[in-house]
Amino acid sequence: MSRHVVANVGEIAPGSSKLVTVKGREIGVFNIKGEFFALANKCPHEGAALCRGKLVGLALSDEPGQYRLTRQGELLKCPWHGWEFDVRTGQSYCDPDNTYVRQYAVSVEPGSELLKGPYVVETFQVAVEENYIVVEM
Amino acid sequence: MNIAVREPKVEQATRLSIVDCDIHPNLRAGSDLKPYLSSRWQHHLETYGGHIRQALSETLAYPRMTPDVARRDAWPPSGAPPGSDLAFMREQHLDANGVEYCVLVPLRTGAGSQRNVEYGAALARAMNDWQAAEWLDKEKRLRGSIMVTPEYPEAAIAEIERCASNRGFVQVLLPPRTDEPSGRRRYWPVYEAAVAHNLPIGMHVGGISGQPCTAGSGPASYYIEEHHSLVPAMQAVIVSMVLEGVFEQFPTLRVALIEGSFAWVPPLTWRLDKQWKRLRDEVPHLKRSPSEYIREHFWFTTQPIDEPDRPQDLFDVMGWVGWDRLMFSTDYPHWDFDDPRYVFKARLEEPARTQLFSGNAKALYGLE
Repeated sequence: MSRHVVANVGEIAPGSSKLVTVKGREIGVFNIKGEFFALANKCPHEGAALCRGKLVGLALSDEPGQYRLTRQGELLKCPWHGWEFDVRTGQSYCDPDNTYVRQYAVSVEPGSELLKGPYVVETFQVAVEENYIVVEM
Repeated sequence: MNIAVREPKVEQATRLSIVDCDIHPNLRAGSDLKPYLSSRWQHHLETYGGHIRQALSETLAYPRMTPDVARRDAWPPSGAPPGSDLAFMREQHLDANGVEYCVLVPLRTGAGSQRNVEYGAALARAMNDWQAAEWLDKEKRLRGSIMVTPEYPEAAIAEIERCASNRGFVQVLLPPRTDEPSGRRRYWPVYEAAVAHNLPIGMHVGGISGQPCTAGSGPASYYIEEHHSLVPAMQAVIVSMVLEGVFEQFPTLRVALIEGSFAWVPPLTWRLDKQWKRLRDEVPHLKRSPSEYIREHFWFTTQPIDEPDRPQDLFDVMGWVGWDRLMFSTDYPHWDFDDPRYVFKARLEEPARTQLFSGNAKALYGLE
């Protein structure tokens, strides 16, 4: 495991995301209401670039005729077949037992404590006073 | 901000070269067809437009969850509709997935389902000329489908005869949802023309039948219901063509059912055979069991692949259908695309793998 700076906190607004490359792997970093999460950019079903999907909510129903949309913007819907994954856990909602997206630990740390990751050299210098998003991988 | 010092790892395309039996070329806009329409039909297009078997004729029967029925990543950088940009199609699909040949299945305009059959015939001609000029002439991996109008057999035959000399066209494309069931005699002249030119019939799921997709009761509520109804529509094609005696009349007719997948085929043959044994005197023109006609005359494309709980079970079903009758397809650029690398959840062994990914399609369509 090593830690990699992937973005400035201010760069990814709530409800948005950034696709980054760490150790040659594409990872989507998401800001869900101020919390950051990182998911592999590959759907475990048929390999689609998952992070090009839409952030959606979870539609639930206890019985026909009663519906509610919950957790708006917290699920990522695959751009191909529409599989839905919980951005917080990587867990799929269609088939929670069998389909997981690989999830990576994300933390927010003060800039002065960071080790420079191999892929963000240029940006590190211009934002040393800011907070950075770090992906562990 | 994020700068990769190393190139991102690129997915290896399947080592096997593939023949993709179903991709959808798209018009950038309706006006793309103008150069291929006579002024009389340009005028019709601009003044009236098309009319198929529903009130809102330029829409799909049920609203989809993705625009243009497309993969969300299939929009070219230019913003043109998915499937309309050959360079992007090469980059995203043909090159990336090791496609050796692919068969274009144009759906736009619904030429074969137009109520104004003269306009439908003009659209079919235009779509075929557009395919040849904009796709087949520009990319040697592509093969075309001759769009025709089953409800206007004379025009369909003329169109088959006009296009058959272009070896880029490898099948005659008919909608599976026609005014009457596919086996009825009014469509036989079209089958006869296909046989005469040694072209298989391709039938791609969908189309607007004007009937509820629930096959007899009222309209369904959801897209998921309509999406599933594509399968019983394909079953109806087989049942009608077999029982009407189409394959007694045309013993060399070959039919490719496209985007219906295949796991439903074995139980259909079991049921039909059982019923035929009891009721055969109603259809004495059948000289063989329904399963024999089906086994000999129908091919099936694999997408959207069935996904049984135990992935290995799928291979049993494929054996029952016939390993030589299954042809890989992706449906690019549509949302239920199957990726050749991940479509099978269990290991597919040779020689079945090569047969399915390329051999069967090459044999049916005479590729190479």
